[in-house]
Amino acid sequence: MSADPAFWPIAEIAGRILAGEVTAASVTDRFLARIGTHDPSLGAYLLVDEAGARAQAAEVDRRRAANEALGPLAGVPIALKDMIVTKDVVTTAGSKILEGWVPPYDATVVEKLRAAGAVILGKVNCDEFGMGSSTERSAYQVTKNPWDLTRVPGGSSGGSAAAVAAGLCTASLGTDTGGSIRQPAAFCGVVGLKPTYGRVSRYGIVAFASSLDQVGPLAHSVVDAALVVQAIAGHDPRDATSLPDAMPPLTGAITGDVAGLKVGLPKEYFAGEIDADVRAALEATVAALREKGAIIVDISLPHTALALPAYYIIAPAEASSNLARYDGIRYGKRAEAADLLALYMNTRGERFGPEVKRRIMLGTYALRSGYYDAYYKKAQQIRALIKRDFDEAFAQCDVLLTPTTPTAAYALGAKSTPLEMYLGDIFTLACNLAGLPGMSVPCGMTSTGLPIGAQLLGKPLGEATLVRTGFVIEAALGLGAKRPGGFA
Amino acid sequence: MPTLPLQEVRDLAFLARIQLSEPELADLQSELGAILEHFGSIAAVDTEGVAPMTHAVPIELPLRKDEVQPSLPTELALAAVPKRDGDLIVVPAIIPGGE
Repeated sequence: MSADPAFWPIAEIAGRILAGEVTAASVTDRFLARIGTHDPSLGAYLLVDEAGARAQAAEVDRRRAANEALGPLAGVPIALKDMIVTKDVVTTAGSKILEGWVPPYDATVVEKLRAAGAVILGKVNCDEFGMGSSTERSAYQVTKNPWDLTRVPGGSSGGSAAAVAAGLCTASLGTDTGGSIRQPAAFCGVVGLKPTYGRVSRYGIVAFASSLDQVGPLAHSVVDAALVVQAIAGHDPRDATSLPDAMPPLTGAITGDVAGLKVGLPKEYFAGEIDADVRAALEATVAALREKGAIIVDISLPHTALALPAYYIIAPAEASSNLARYDGIRYGKRAEAADLLALYMNTRGERFGPEVKRRIMLGTYALRSGYYDAYYKKAQQIRALIKRDFDEAFAQCDVLLTPTTPTAAYALGAKSTPLEMYLGDIFTLACNLAGLPGMSVPCGMTSTGLPIGAQLLGKPLGEATLVRTGFVIEAALGLGAKRPGGFA
Repeated sequence: MPTLPLQEVRDLAFLARIQLSEPELADLQSELGAILEHFGSIAAVDTEGVAPMTHAVPIELPLRKDEVQPSLPTELALAAVPKRDGDLIVVPAIIPGGE
C-alpha cells in the first residue's frame, strides 16, 4: 500500500488511524494539500472547509487518544455535493439564487456522516439544482473530467465524481434524480450507488423532484460505496417518505460469488445507438459474470423508450413546484422592486440560470389547466407502465445489467441543445421513475483511455444484490490501480 | 404538435413568476417547442385504465405523536431573511402604489 493516503480504501484509512499508524489530522492535511495543488485545474470544489475538516479530524484523534469508540468512517475525508445542506457552511445548490446562503442546520446524511467519524472536506460543484448531465450548468464554474480535462465529468454530481477520481477525497455524496450519481460515476471511472427511493433520508437535501430524488455515495470501489451507504441509510422521522426498513449489512453480501445469480439483459437498452467501445465493454462484463457462474437471461422492458418523455415531464413538474420557494423573501438573494409581484419575478429572473428557467417553464406547461391530463397525468400513467415492466422482469431475474451511458465522457460544450443533453440520460431515468436501486461500476476503458460504466438495477431494497454483482464486475474488469494522469 | 406561440411562452413565464428578456423568451419558444414536439410520442401510448403513479414507493402518510418537538429557534430561522424588522419579514407593497 502506498504511503500516500490519496487513493487508500476506506478500511485502510479508518484501520490505520485506529491502529495509530497515521493520524486523522495528517490524512486531512494531505487531502487539503492535494486540493490546493490539483483543484485549480479540475474545478471540483465550490468550497473547501479547512477549519471544519481540521476540527473533525482533531476530534477523531482526540477520541482515539482517549480510547473512545471510533465510527466506521473515522477520519475518512468526504466531499458533499452542494445540494446537501450543511450547518454554518455555505450551500448554494450551484445556483446564484442561494449565493452565500448559510444553512442553520445539517442534513440527516451529514449528521450521520459526522456521527460515523467522517471528515467533511467541503462542498463540490453540480449543475444548478441538479438539473443537468455535465456540470456545465453550474452557475459558478465548470468542472472537468480528471481523465481528460477537455471533457465533462458528467452530472449533475460531476464535482462529486471528479473529486473522487482525482483523489481529492476518499468518497463523496451525490444526489440522483435521473442518473446524477451513476452517469458521472461512469464518466469518471468510479463507483456510484443510488439507493432504493426512501432508503436514505432527504431531510436537508435541496429538493429538485421529490418523488425521484435520492442521495448516495461515489467511491473508488464497491466496498467503499457499500460502507458509505451503510452509514447514511435508515429511517428518518423528519422525511415522510423515508422507509422503515433497516439496511442489511451490505459488505456481507460482497463475497465474489455470483454462481446461480440470474442477470437480466434488457434488450431495449442494447438496441439503440451505443458507442462500439461501450458495447464491447458490456459484452466483456456479460462474459465475466457468466464465467463466474451467473445465469444470463434475456429480458424485455417494452416501455423503455417512454422513460425519457415521462421523466422530462414529471421531474420538471415537481421542480416547478419545489422551486417556488425561491422567491427572495425568507432566504437567498432578493432583487429590488417596487411591489411584491415584481420582487418575485425579478429575483427569479435575475438569479435562476437558463436550464432551471427552462425546466420550471416546462413543468409549468405540463401542470397548467387544460394540459394536465395530456402531459402530467399521462406521464404518471407511463411511469406506472415502466414500473410494471420492471416488476415483470424481476420475476425472471435477480438483477439487470445495462450500459450506464451510450458513450463515454464527451467534450465540454459538445451538447449544444437541451434536448441533445436530455437524450444522453436515456439509460438512467427509468430507475428513478420506478424507485429502484441502481449502481454504476467501471467495466473497462475506451480505446482513447476514458472510463466506461456498467449499470446494475436491482429490485426495491435490493442493494445487497447490486454490491454482490458489482464487486465481481469490478474484480474482473475494474480500473484497478489505474489513475487519471496528473492526479496519481 | 403545434409550435408554441410566443404569447403562450409569455403567459407561462408569468405563471412561473420569472421575468424573462425578449431574447430569453425567443430561445425558450424554440427550445420548449422542440422538447414538446419530441414528447408528442406519449399521446399515442395506450394508458386506458392505468392508475397514475404519483410516487416511487407507496407510503401511507405517517403521523407523529401530537407532542411539541424541539425546532429551529426563531433567530436562526430568520437569520437568512434578506430584509427584516425584528422578527418580521419586510416586503414591498403587495398592491402596486399601496403602502
